[in-house]
Amino acid sequence: MNSFFSGTRLRDMIRAIRACKTAAEERAVVRKECAAIRTSINENDHDYRHRNLAKLMFIHMLGYPTHFGQMECLKLIASAGFPEKRIGYLGLMLLLDERQEVLMLVTNSLKQDLNHSNQYIVGLALCALGNICSAEMARDLAPEVERLLQFRDPNIRKKAALCSIRIIRKVPDLAENFINPAAALLKEKHHGVLITGIQLCTDLCKVSPEALEFLRKKHTEGLVRTLKDVVNSPYTPEYDIAGIADPFLHVRLLKLLRALGQGDADSSDAMNDILAQVATKTESNKNAGNAILYECVETIMSIEDNGGLRVLAINILGRFLSNRDNNIRYVALNMLMKAITVDAQAVQRHRATILECVKDSDASIRKRALELVYLLVNETNVKPLTKELIDYLEVSDQDFKGDLTAKICSIVEKFSPEKIWYIDQMLKVLAEAGNFVKDEVWHALIVVISNASDLHGYTVRALYKAFKTSSEQESLVRVAVWCIGEYGDMLMNNVGMLGIEDSVTVTDSDIVDVVEIAIKRHASDLTTKAMALIALLKLSSRFPSCSERIKDIIVHHKGSLVLELQQRSLEFNSIIDKHQNIRSTLVERMPILDEATFTTRRAGSLPAAVSTSDDVPAAPSSSGGDFLQDLLGVDLSPAPTQSGTNQVQKAGTDVLLDLLSIGAHPVQSSSSTTDILSTHSK
Amino acid sequence: MGIRFILMVNKQGQTRLAQYYEWLTLEERRALEGEIVRKCLARNDQQCSFVEHRNYKIVYRRYASLFFLVGVDNDENELAILEFIHLLVETMDRHFGNVCELDIMFHLEKAHFMLEEMVMNGCIVETSKANILSPIQLMDKTS
Repeated sequence: MNSFFSGTRLRDMIRAIRACKTAAEERAVVRKECAAIRTSINENDHDYRHRNLAKLMFIHMLGYPTHFGQMECLKLIASAGFPEKRIGYLGLMLLLDERQEVLMLVTNSLKQDLNHSNQYIVGLALCALGNICSAEMARDLAPEVERLLQFRDPNIRKKAALCSIRIIRKVPDLAENFINPAAALLKEKHHGVLITGIQLCTDLCKVSPEALEFLRKKHTEGLVRTLKDVVNSPYTPEYDIAGIADPFLHVRLLKLLRALGQGDADSSDAMNDILAQVATKTESNKNAGNAILYECVETIMSIEDNGGLRVLAINILGRFLSNRDNNIRYVALNMLMKAITVDAQAVQRHRATILECVKDSDASIRKRALELVYLLVNETNVKPLTKELIDYLEVSDQDFKGDLTAKICSIVEKFSPEKIWYIDQMLKVLAEAGNFVKDEVWHALIVVISNASDLHGYTVRALYKAFKTSSEQESLVRVAVWCIGEYGDMLMNNVGMLGIEDSVTVTDSDIVDVVEIAIKRHASDLTTKAMALIALLKLSSRFPSCSERIKDIIVHHKGSLVLELQQRSLEFNSIIDKHQNIRSTLVERMPILDEATFTTRRAGSLPAAVSTSDDVPAAPSSSGGDFLQDLLGVDLSPAPTQSGTNQVQKAGTDVLLDLLSIGAHPVQSSSSTTDILSTHSK
Repeated sequence: MGIRFILMVNKQGQTRLAQYYEWLTLEERRALEGEIVRKCLARNDQQCSFVEHRNYKIVYRRYASLFFLVGVDNDENELAILEFIHLLVETMDRHFGNVCELDIMFHLEKAHFMLEEMVMNGCIVETSKANILSPIQLMDKTS
């Protein structure tokens, strides 16, 4: 039995898995192996423990559950031999995590191994503790680790230093105990100990203000000297990369100096010379050198101001930005983003280059550059920058359009100098990438349009033209349909012409055509179609001559499988048919939407929206007010614009308001449907 | 914390080594690996070695048929991580002699031991190849 189940060697299992052609085959092999391992575990098979765990690690890597092997790790750790312990600890780090109860059981083994006479076993225990230790373990074992920071062998000291990082992150109260031993590590010559000691000190500075103060006062000069030694050190083959002695150590030293210099003029002053030396002397034709320069620039930007150094740093970034290597350009963009808070003027100088990066073929670079451009926009440059971005929107990749559209919309909303410009830019975006525009963005646009009464005619004409060329963009269609429903008469009569416009000749049937196209479009979704039905109802009152045709279009939807459309179709049809006398009052233009409350509501939190929608089903009679509140963000106060209207009109606006709230908050869609049912079932 | 995970993945997108320095469930790991591997493998040689994904930054480098991907925090020095990947490969080369996918598959534990000597809890421990490899060679001699 036993020999049959434990028969496969690790090698054979890996071969079998590699030979699998499909995922299903692989699953079958893994299932069989796991069954064999479980059996072997149940039989408490000592000989195969090591091999079982090695197999489990492989299976775990492939993404299969391996929890049943956790206890095996603990047994291996508790055994005496080094090879068993070694694989046990590795399994512990891979298969377990600090949240599992099982881990409690390992604390004692760890404690024994931390005190073991064999330093390699001590090293294993330190490594495991450093990777998985929990807060309780940190408290229990901190004294052992603290002692090991002074162990004779540097290979133990370096691991103890990193283990200490884990401990102080888990239990910041313990930081105090580590300050002195950590500071002692900064004087070491062994690179491993030095680099880990520096990282420990950097972390101590993060969790303990006392540590920061102490290191700042007592060790800034020493660290500056260490950096100087590393920079000027003679060739050491073991640590040299591309002619630079240990770039990793350089980088860590610069990081710690940054932590010490930030917000402290004296220590910043003390490191000025060495930073200038690193910034000017480091070779910039190899990656290792650029890594150091990059870190150095960040340190210069973060510590207290020294005009000369900052100029040096910005120049390095300028050089990076014009580098042909994409990696270098990427980090330059990354760094400029941090530099913008320090010296916006200097970053603005690179605007043209950054704008070019937005159009790069590399998605990572584009993304960084776009974020940066977004930060560079201000009142003075918003117009040219927006133009550039919108022009690029036409030719950009499909997968970049979403990000780009969101940023353009945000820029336009934030910095727009006048309403007409805002509307123009938004229409361009809608026409170019309307499918990527978020609901809240076009909702906001409608609110703005509604408030710009002198631009109603202009906007509806512009939308009419845009619709003719870009009817495939969903949100453009929605905005166009809404505006045509509201201001369709202004479109026909060229009302409110602006000097910049050419007059258009549009007949009432042309206008109905547009809405008909919108409602018949294959791609139109429920929201668009529902909006189109409302627009048609409104137009039927504005253009009595088209009333019959509109009726036909509306009636066409009475067989719609979507309840919402079916109901609208039937109800609107009866309004046109039987209630001619009240139709015109019923479909009056929407009252001007309240911009201020809309803005605050939009900025407000989502939970508020949810709670309002919860109220709706409870009080269906006041739902008209509720939905207006919902849309306009008046929250729970009574809606002022609504108070004077009569009952019938209230029901009419109710539907309109419903309509605008559809799709805006998915959580509400169900309740808005019930609402329609309740208000109209009379 | 610096390094959050290290992955080695072949051209077909199969994971050959995975080491995480923060806890993710098995499902999260599978999803994460799938997503980033798809993202990174789709890129060409001219494009930069950095990809942003969720709140990670992935620094990756390709060696023949093997991709090395390192997930780091946002404030990590990307260029230094790139250099670190190279150091990792050189270290493995020194031990295995021109390391390939199969070396890592069949000696997964050794690859992990090497990594353990280089990175702990997401921080770099040692950058000297001789220091990294000496405990592993010692173990080979005794076994």
